[in-house]
Amino acid sequence: MYELLYDIFGSEIIAMIIAACMPLFLFILPFALIAVLLERKVSAHMQDRLGPMRVGYHGILQTIADILKLIQKEDIVADTTDKKLFNMAPVLVFAGSYAVFAAIPFSGAFIGSAADVGIFFIIAVSSIVVAGILMAGWASNNKYSLLGAMRSAAQIISYEIPTALVVLSIVMLTGTLSLNTMSIQQTAYFWNWNLFGGAADGFVQLLLLPFTVVAFVIFYISSLAEVNRTPFDIPEAESELVAGYHTEYSGMKFAMFFLAEYANMFAVSAIAVAIFLGGYQSPLGYLGNTIGVEWLIPYEQLFWFTVKGVGLVLVQIWLRWTLPRLRVDQLMTVCWKYLIPYAFVNLIIIGLISLI
Amino acid sequence: MKQPKEIFESLKEKFTEYNFEIIEDLPVEPIISVDPLNVNKIGFYLRLDADLQFDSLMVLSGVDDNNAKKIKQEDETEIDDPGTLSVYYHLYSTTLKHKVTLKASAPKDNPEIESVEKVWKTADWHEREAYDMIGIKFLNHPDLRRILMPYDWDENSFPLRKDYENPEFYQGIKVPY
Amino acid sequence: MAIKTEEMVLNMGPQHPSTHGVLRLELELEGEIIKNVKPHIGYLHRCFEKHAEAMTYPQVVPYTDRMDYVASMYNNFGYAVTVEKLLGIEVPERVEYIRVIMGELQRIASHMVALGTYGLDLGAFTPFLYLFIDREKILNLFEMTCGARLLYNYIWVGGVSHDLHPDFLRLTKEFIDYYRPHIAELNELLSYNKIFIERTANVGVMPLDTAINYGMTGPNLRASGLKFDLRKDEPYSIYDRFDFDVPVGEGKMGTVGDCWDRYFVRVLELEQSLKILEQAIEQIPEGDVQSAIPKRIKPPAGTVYGRVEAPRGELGYFIISDGSVNPFRMKVRAPSFVSLSIMGELCKGHLVSDVVAILGSIDIVLGEVDR
Repeated sequence: MYELLYDIFGSEIIAMIIAACMPLFLFILPFALIAVLLERKVSAHMQDRLGPMRVGYHGILQTIADILKLIQKEDIVADTTDKKLFNMAPVLVFAGSYAVFAAIPFSGAFIGSAADVGIFFIIAVSSIVVAGILMAGWASNNKYSLLGAMRSAAQIISYEIPTALVVLSIVMLTGTLSLNTMSIQQTAYFWNWNLFGGAADGFVQLLLLPFTVVAFVIFYISSLAEVNRTPFDIPEAESELVAGYHTEYSGMKFAMFFLAEYANMFAVSAIAVAIFLGGYQSPLGYLGNTIGVEWLIPYEQLFWFTVKGVGLVLVQIWLRWTLPRLRVDQLMTVCWKYLIPYAFVNLIIIGLISLI
Repeated sequence: MKQPKEIFESLKEKFTEYNFEIIEDLPVEPIISVDPLNVNKIGFYLRLDADLQFDSLMVLSGVDDNNAKKIKQEDETEIDDPGTLSVYYHLYSTTLKHKVTLKASAPKDNPEIESVEKVWKTADWHEREAYDMIGIKFLNHPDLRRILMPYDWDENSFPLRKDYENPEFYQGIKVPY
Repeated sequence: MAIKTEEMVLNMGPQHPSTHGVLRLELELEGEIIKNVKPHIGYLHRCFEKHAEAMTYPQVVPYTDRMDYVASMYNNFGYAVTVEKLLGIEVPERVEYIRVIMGELQRIASHMVALGTYGLDLGAFTPFLYLFIDREKILNLFEMTCGARLLYNYIWVGGVSHDLHPDFLRLTKEFIDYYRPHIAELNELLSYNKIFIERTANVGVMPLDTAINYGMTGPNLRASGLKFDLRKDEPYSIYDRFDFDVPVGEGKMGTVGDCWDRYFVRVLELEQSLKILEQAIEQIPEGDVQSAIPKRIKPPAGTVYGRVEAPRGELGYFIISDGSVNPFRMKVRAPSFVSLSIMGELCKGHLVSDVVAILGSIDIVLGEVDR
């Protein structure tokens, strides 16, 4: 992508900037707009009501109206806040979740950075979010925010361990840290996905199958916790902590948190897709191959990637509107007493099998 | 199951030194009037005695009896009798299923009644409410503050007293505004 | 080196999503562990007792509506029963049946709010809306009868304000058949949800002797294991004619008297109320509903304490009459007022999240706490 832009503009800097902004404007913003509406509509229909209906046909413009409202809102900064940190926090949180998109392979032809350490980079860079959340909670000088931020930091850091362990087991299986390579390995039909044991030989794949499924489940649960979604939305538990770390924010700064949340939702789904569900590969073969139009393939890949990602986002929404919320100590119990030991055992077994 | 009359008799037998009266000519239920400064001891007896077992205080209500009057003395001078404030205790036994109503009255100029908070925890908030609204001082209550009215309400103004008058100002704002 | 530590005081409310109105809880925290809870009430104080002293007896009825605004019908009911006790009047059979039907419908509607908001407090949004869809149907029945959906002023001293709509009984019967399967749905969705059980079982355990000493009544007391229901133990109106059970807490998921028990007793009561409704609809006679309404209420001097089993517990009216047309003193024993006083005791040693769970499980309505 960057090379193409470099050819067009002839300047490294312009090409860089455009390449960096592409996912934001092409993907994250539209996705956030759609996801917010999706969440509201899906939850409404799950609850036997209609949801937004006024702005546009069946309320499809509702989020745009909301964004307009947020932009126009007064940016309130309370007197006793720590101004510097307070203003920096939303940017940092957003930057953290935005940076993740750099390493996500949307399609064979569109990867922000095809770095060989893709998944490692993602795990590292997404931790910036914790710092941002802590800053927001501390700088707000509000007890609810502080409690929310502490909970959130504890939660995200704890749940990174099972995530990393599971990712490690898949890295062991595939022998690469690059998400693009992983996606390429899972090519052809869906039984080659890492979810079903990866592209190993018949017998080894059967052996691996139960463990990779377990790995996927662990990964999905801990990724839910990392993006603070129900049943793990404890940091912003509205019935206890009002809105958690972003209680004091309004206007665009609030919108940044909001955007980051939805960007994160897609980011974790995308990582799950790239690692377990065949990345951008089609489960059924490509139309471009069948009819012999090669330039169609990257677009098909983008389509499949989006479909799989949004599918997982829908599951997140579905869970959110069905389940109650855990308590903070139960959350830690789930992580430290169940997920981490299982992930460990899983890691060892997958390691042993891949020795065969 | 005991009738109020029997309870009255047993109270009289137990506490010979206190005054008890039974008011029976009421349409629904008779009332036993008790000594305001010893109501906690009476309460403990009623709650713990095996034949009575009044383990539940249904309601505790403070009442301004509105019986202030002028008493003429022998030398033709009049003195004000400020009347009384009373507390009604409605007791119930969840095991024996009988009820009794007690009444303790204290003079309005010094309305002191012993707290029964130690006997029935329910009394805690009810006594605070009676203090808040009527101005009865419950002795030995652990936390006698206003409960429904604002904490900064005038110390000597109790809204449910019959001689209560609306304050002209509250926190510098004219009432009624 | 010793680290300097101090307790954090967290003000929960008066504006807070889950204090069920305008309640302020002052939490003393050590980390997330509660050291002490002090409820501050009075933000919704509307001087009911003072107002009542200036009103005639029938004029008080609309004011009773505004106490427990989730169960207005039962407040009317309790007031009417108490004044009738003072006056010593009998009301016609049909009126009694109408009152029981309205009272039980109101109990179902009120429990729906209690259960739904409880789920909401714990983060389960969907059951709340499912319950409100069904509550809507009950409110429609009320609207059909007396024109109001929240504050009814329906049950008067000696009678009711309107006779039933001709379709009312049929529609109520349809509602019963429609609603019964929905209780099972609620159980699947919320009651037996693993996360919900984790959040509520063994939390806020209320032992029976504490419960009685603090004056708990209604579902809160029954959840602690005492089979005490004024409809059975001290039948008022015509409750002695109906066959129904009194569900008590059994500690099915944890300890007897925990939050889950308090929640589940309410679920079981839905079923029992439907049972009473069915019987009442079968038996209701024809007749005039306003024949016993006194033209002028002037009770004899004296006192009366009348109590009924409102959805939230024992609702008592203590009325002192001086023989005039106005009550001399009216004191309301509001079940929520009494239930709330146990908060401090229940919350000690729990986490901040549990405060929400406990507060929701004792089911208070601030309109009634503050009156």
